[in-house]
Amino acid sequence: MSTPARIHHWLDERFGWDDLVAPLRHKTVPRHRLSYWYFLGGMTLFLFGVQLCTGILLLLYYRPSAGEAYESVQYISTKVQFGWLVRSIHSWSANLMVFMAFAHMFSVLFLRAYRKPRELTWVTGLLLLFLAMGFGFSGYLLPWNTLAFFATKVGTEVAGQVPFVGHSITVFLRGGEDVTGATLTRFFGFHVAVLPAIATMILGLHLLLVQRFGISVPPGIEKEWERDPSQRRETRFFPNFLLRELMAWYVALGLLGALAALFPWELGAKADPFAPAPAGIKPEWYFLAQFQTLKLIPAKVLHIDGEVLGVLAFGAAALIWMLLPFLEPKLKSGPRWVLGLGIFALAFLGTMTIYAYLAK
Amino acid sequence: MAVLRAGLLALAALAMAWPLAVAAQQPAAAANACLDCHSAMDAPLQVTAAQFAADIHAQKGLTCASCHGGDPSDAGNAMSPAKGFRGHLDRAKIVALCGSCHGDAAFMRQYDPSLRTDQLAQYRTSVHGKKLAAGDTHVAICTDCHGVHGILPASDTHSTVNPVNVATTCKRCHADAAYMKSYKIPTDQYAGYTSSVHFAAMTERGDLSAPTCTTCHGNHGAAPPGVASVANVCSTCHVFQAQLFDASPHKAAFDAAGFPGCVTCHSNHHIQKPGDSMVSTGAGSVCTNCHSEGDDGFKAAENIHGQISTLQERIADSKAVLQQAAHSGMEVGEAELQLAQADDALTKARVAVHTFTPAKVQEDVTAGTAVAEKTREAGIAALRERDFRRKGLGLSLIAILLVVAGFGLYIREIERK
Repeated sequence: MSTPARIHHWLDERFGWDDLVAPLRHKTVPRHRLSYWYFLGGMTLFLFGVQLCTGILLLLYYRPSAGEAYESVQYISTKVQFGWLVRSIHSWSANLMVFMAFAHMFSVLFLRAYRKPRELTWVTGLLLLFLAMGFGFSGYLLPWNTLAFFATKVGTEVAGQVPFVGHSITVFLRGGEDVTGATLTRFFGFHVAVLPAIATMILGLHLLLVQRFGISVPPGIEKEWERDPSQRRETRFFPNFLLRELMAWYVALGLLGALAALFPWELGAKADPFAPAPAGIKPEWYFLAQFQTLKLIPAKVLHIDGEVLGVLAFGAAALIWMLLPFLEPKLKSGPRWVLGLGIFALAFLGTMTIYAYLAK
Repeated sequence: MAVLRAGLLALAALAMAWPLAVAAQQPAAAANACLDCHSAMDAPLQVTAAQFAADIHAQKGLTCASCHGGDPSDAGNAMSPAKGFRGHLDRAKIVALCGSCHGDAAFMRQYDPSLRTDQLAQYRTSVHGKKLAAGDTHVAICTDCHGVHGILPASDTHSTVNPVNVATTCKRCHADAAYMKSYKIPTDQYAGYTSSVHFAAMTERGDLSAPTCTTCHGNHGAAPPGVASVANVCSTCHVFQAQLFDASPHKAAFDAAGFPGCVTCHSNHHIQKPGDSMVSTGAGSVCTNCHSEGDDGFKAAENIHGQISTLQERIADSKAVLQQAAHSGMEVGEAELQLAQADDALTKARVAVHTFTPAKVQEDVTAGTAVAEKTREAGIAALRERDFRRKGLGLSLIAILLVVAGFGLYIREIERK
């Protein structure tokens, strides 16, 4: 018996290896002209893995205090062997992960993959998207540079617009009335402990639901297959689909390496809490649409504070978005409504983001 | 009936007494018989109520009578000689009149304990004061600079003696060629000053500590600084330059030749931002005004200029390399911060020029050059690292491409079966 066979036998004897991997051997993935959209979820998962690995490496040198944070990131970027690569990949991958999560969400929406029985997969996925944005917001402050400092100031101020509890939320996020070293320590705690713990649990549930219900077939294609069952195509998950996924992951890895080497993530100037805010402070691109919308809402709308109204509207929109799989069947021409909402949301986010980039 | 009559009488008495009671409550300035007439007169006798109300003296409770005598509270006796009315004040007596209060420390203490009381004593030492004592009433007296009615404290930006307005106030006489003709002194000081680095600092940078006329000449004791004291005047701000100059070989030479220290090279009112070419042997040199080719001073100027130019070039070179590295996305913040030390060394070398000794200048130049060299090396190392990364990226991409191609071929192979 060869050595790999002996190891396989040893594992099978003790853990029932063959029974464990049997579902994987039989698992199939629908194959049709829209199958490539399926890769977006896997790509987001891969980027989350990259974040985890690079994040742990950064933790070896990063120091979460106002006096040392900037210097420690500078040290990582200049003195630590391949520290520049790890930090740049962490920053680029974070942005790509949020982008992929958005793309995955919209692909699921337009392919109507949220339909029964996958409502909870949609809900957990959306929660993961919000968590990814939370990771981005908390991680942005950690290098303690000027842009991050003032963007966090603005961001936590927006949270303060929530009626009744807004001020308490701001104080909770900042660890006081102002953005200080206490905020940095707090954001570090959120970024490396609280958010990963919650994300791991929800991600586990999300993946479990994906495994349990399999991958959805778009309604149009399902109808075509029902009319002509001979057109139904499936591919084995292991190894065929997984290998294709791996190919995509490798390409993503190459892209991350290229971005890190050609466009290393800037560190900027160290934050100075006593300096005036530089002109044109803007948050990360995935908050730009909300930021610009809040800026465009008039100061008072029907005697209600414009920003309060904006924050409430965003909260209501997020809630409706999460409940879409439950609302769609109850509405007359529900799928059309969802399609319309999806196109509107995409156009709104895209336009507002571009507008914010161009605005002074 | 008697009660009614008594009541009516009491009401009538109250009505008559009311305006008197109100008048008694008004501040003294409101019941100013002088202003009643003078506010309606034409210049030069006109004094408006607004002018008088803005005057620091009126605000402190002084009245027209404080200077002019008389009784402003009584229209009938306002100009009565019996009440001490002095009327128009003679220019020759104004200085003494102002000094009677402003030279009285006990009196001034009740208004502003920190206000100096030596103005009159200083004025008597000034050129203005000496000429006035000699009977020349054309010279500046207190009211020429501070104004007459409507005198503002010097800290008020509208005051004629506020630092930003001093030059304009002095210029009124000193730039007037006709007025100054009999004194036989130049009238281009204001033109020179307004084109100087000091004026720019005051007006463009808003630096109120930048020198104006009174900073160098004194205010109440205004006089041209003598040749011997020019360096002392400049050294109140330019301390290090003055110390180095005093210890330099030029000190004794200038004293012997009767040259007025700093002014010899930098001029006086028309002082420009000094450039490195001043200490050189080329265009813009001030050394060649006295030194000629072959002498020690000429050689020293050539040497010092060469040293400073070299340090400047090294710093510029280092900056360019670091900028190139930063544009390539490399983190060179630490080196850029270090390079600021080379800039400091250059500034120190420029100050050390006042020793006129190449060896002294070299100390700072050597220190600055070492820093510039070190930061340049850091920039070159960053550029080398950038190239290494790009090569590494190329190799990694080839490896990734091979793996992806391998996966593709393997997938095709297993799907063919």
